[in-house]
Amino acid sequence: MIVRPYGDTTGDGMVQVSFTLPIPHSKVAEGAAAQLAAKMGMDPAMVVHARPMGPGFTFFVVYGRVSHLVDTDAVEVVERDYPLLTPAEVNTAIRRSLRRRMVVVGACVGTDAHTVGIDAILNVKGFAGEKGLEYYREIKVVNLGAQVDVEQLLARAVEEGADAVLVSQVVTQRDAHLLHARQVAAAFAAAYPDGGRPLLVVGGPRFEESAAAGLGVDRVFGRGTTPGEVASFLADRVAARAELAR
Amino acid sequence: MSALDLDPTTIRQARELARRAGEPIVRMAREHTTVAVERATLRLAGLAGADAEGTPWVNRLADAVRDEVGLEHGVALPVWDALLRGEADDLGALAQKAAVGSVSFRLPTGADADRARTASSAVVAEGLARIDRRRDEREQLIRTHGDAPSKPWIYLIVATGDIREDIPQAQQAAREGADVIAVIRSTGQSLLDYVPEGETHEGFAGTYATQENFRLMRAALDESSRELGRYVRLTNYASGLCMPEIAVLAGLERLDMMLNDSMYGILFRDINPVRTFVDQRFSRQVHARAGIIINTGEDNYLTTADAVEAAHTVTTSQLLNEYFAKEAGLEDWQLGLGHAFEIDPDLPDSFCLELAHAMLARELFPDAPLKWMPPTRHMTGDVFRGYLLDGFFNLAGALTGQGILLVGMMTEAVVTPWLSDRDLALRNVRYVLEAAGGLREDFRPAPDGLIVTRARQVLGESVDLLTRITAHEHGLLDAIADGTFGLMRRPADGGRGLDGVAEKADGYHNPATDLLEES
Repeated sequence: MIVRPYGDTTGDGMVQVSFTLPIPHSKVAEGAAAQLAAKMGMDPAMVVHARPMGPGFTFFVVYGRVSHLVDTDAVEVVERDYPLLTPAEVNTAIRRSLRRRMVVVGACVGTDAHTVGIDAILNVKGFAGEKGLEYYREIKVVNLGAQVDVEQLLARAVEEGADAVLVSQVVTQRDAHLLHARQVAAAFAAAYPDGGRPLLVVGGPRFEESAAAGLGVDRVFGRGTTPGEVASFLADRVAARAELAR
Repeated sequence: MSALDLDPTTIRQARELARRAGEPIVRMAREHTTVAVERATLRLAGLAGADAEGTPWVNRLADAVRDEVGLEHGVALPVWDALLRGEADDLGALAQKAAVGSVSFRLPTGADADRARTASSAVVAEGLARIDRRRDEREQLIRTHGDAPSKPWIYLIVATGDIREDIPQAQQAAREGADVIAVIRSTGQSLLDYVPEGETHEGFAGTYATQENFRLMRAALDESSRELGRYVRLTNYASGLCMPEIAVLAGLERLDMMLNDSMYGILFRDINPVRTFVDQRFSRQVHARAGIIINTGEDNYLTTADAVEAAHTVTTSQLLNEYFAKEAGLEDWQLGLGHAFEIDPDLPDSFCLELAHAMLARELFPDAPLKWMPPTRHMTGDVFRGYLLDGFFNLAGALTGQGILLVGMMTEAVVTPWLSDRDLALRNVRYVLEAAGGLREDFRPAPDGLIVTRARQVLGESVDLLTRITAHEHGLLDAIADGTFGLMRRPADGGRGLDGVAEKADGYHNPATDLLEES
C-alpha cells in the first residue's frame, strides 16, 4: 500500500519536526530553519515557533508538507516466527520437550548497570501486565543482575546447564550494547561445541531486531518486548532443539 | 498544621521500629572496618595521586599494609610506625616504597604504638580541618552571592562522559535556572574498588568521579555563582565500593550534595551488605562534618517494583535512612530523603495517589529537604505525553513543598537530554512553580478523602513492614537477604566487596573514626 503522512486530510503529507540550530535567534536564524526543512523535503515549510536558548542557540518547531510516498510492501520487519503461548501452555510445552525444567540465566553484562529490562522479563513482577519468567513453574531463572562480566556469565551458564542465556543492554553510548552482545556471542561460541551452546537472546530498547545474525545470537528483542513473548520464543526453540537431538 | 492528620503515636512507633531495625546494623558497622574506610583515612591524611598504571597510592599503601599485618588493626598504626621508624619521609614516598615491596610493616606496641597513634591523629586532624575550611568557605560564598532564590531547588543532571563537555553544559544549565548540578557517574564506577585519578574524558553514560573532576566542576560553578549572583550547588555520588573515599574527596573539594543511600548498593549493585553499612556510616560521618546534604535513593525501589504496591517500602527506607543518617551525625536539613513520581499514569487517580505519597513524606519529615524524582518508568518515548506527565510531577512537587526537584526530561528513555530538552523541561518547571507555587497554602485534602486515607494506609503498611523486619532473627540483614526491598535477595555473606571487610581487632586504631565520632 502506498501512503503519505496524514495531518487532517487524506494525502496532505503534513509532518512536524523540532530541532536546534547553534545560532542566535534572528530573522536569519528562522530563514536557516526554513532552509533546513526545505532540504528535508518539506514544502511548504512553516517555522511556527522559534525560541532563543541562551546567547548562541535557537530552538525551532516546523510544520510542513512532504511529497514523499511510502510503500508498506517494501518494509522489512522481523515477523514473529513462533506461536504466542500462555504461561500454562509454555509450561506444558517445556515439560513435553525437555522433560525437566528449562534453565534460563540472565544478566546485564559489561558496564551496564540498568537492570530495568532484564528484571522486567525475569522478575515475577513482570512487565505490561504479564508475569516474568520466574513465575513459570517449568522455568528455573538465574538472574545475575547488573555489571556481570562475560566470563562470569559463561561460567554460571555452564554451571547451571543453561538452556538459554538472556543478555540485557540499555546503555548504548559508543555502541556498548553491540560490543557486549558480540563479546557474549564470541565467548559462548568458543566455550561450547558446535550447536551445543545455550540459546542466546539479547534485548534492549536500542537493538535492531534484524541484527541477530550479525551479532552472532539467536534472537534480538527490542523495545516493548513482554515476558510472554520471550517465554514463548524460548519454549518454541528449545522444543525444536530437543526434536533435533532425538 | 498537619493536612493529613497523621496519628502521632503511629509516627513515633514507626521511628522506634526503624531505630530497633537499625541499631544492630550500627553495632555491626562499629565492629568492622573496610579497605575503603582505611583508604579514606589515608586520603584524609593527604595521600593522593596514582602510579603510572593509574592505581591510586592509597590502594597501593593499604594493600601492602594489609598483606603484611592485616586490616583488622587499621592501617594507621603500621603506616605511621613505618614513618616514625624513618622508612620514608612522607606518606607519598612510603606508598611508593610499599608498592615495590621495599618497606616492611609491623604492628607497633607500647610506646611505639602511642607515638604512631599521636602522629596519625595529628595528620588526619589536619585533613578534617581542611574539610571544615571548605564548609566555612561554602557558607561564606552563600552569604556573598546569595542562596538559591526559592524552594524547591531545581536540580539538573549533566552526563557527557567528558568533564570538559560537562562544564559548559553545567554552566548553561545554571544560567537557565538550575540551582543544583549533578554530574552523573560512569555506569561502571560503583563497582571499581578504587577511585580513578585525574581529569577524565571517557565514560559510559556519565563522567568518572575523581578528585580533579570534582575540583574542575566546582571551580566552574563558582564562576557561575559569581556571574549569576546565587550559589550554585554541585552534586555527585558517594556510593559503590569507594563510598568513604568519595565522601572525603567531596568534602575536600566542597561538593554540596551527595547521593548516599543506606541500602542502594546492596540491592541494586549487589555490593555486600556488611561492606555497604560500614562504608555508609563512615561516609555519612564525613558528610555530616562537611555540611553536605545527602540524597537518598528510594526512587530506585519504584523502578523495579510497582509504585503503588511498593509505596510503603519507600516510607520504610526513608525511616531507616533517617535513623542511619542521624546516628552518623547528620542533621534534618542535610536529609534529602528520596521519593519518586512513578505510578502508572493509566491507573485511575494516579495523581491523587502521588500526592498522598508525597504529602506523607513531607509530613513525616517536616524539616528534611526531600528529593523529588521525576517519572522514568512510564516515560515511553511519547515525548508529548511525557511532557504532560512531567508537568503533573512538577505540580505535585509544588503542592507538597518538596525541597529538591530533579527536573524530568520528556526524552527520558529516548536519548541523553538535548540542549532543547533541558530548556523545555526548565520552562515546564518554571511555569508550574510560578502558576501554582502558592497553591500549597490553600491546598487541604478532604479529611477522610482518598489522599488522606491513602497516606494513612501507606504509613500503616510501613509500620507493618518494619515490624516484620524487626521480627527477623537478624533483623534488617535477614530482611535484605529475603528480598523484602525491591524484590532483590541479598544475603549478608554474598555480594561484591566482602573480601574488603575485616572485623576490628582489640587495639584497632583509626584516627579518622575517632575524630569523627567525637564531632
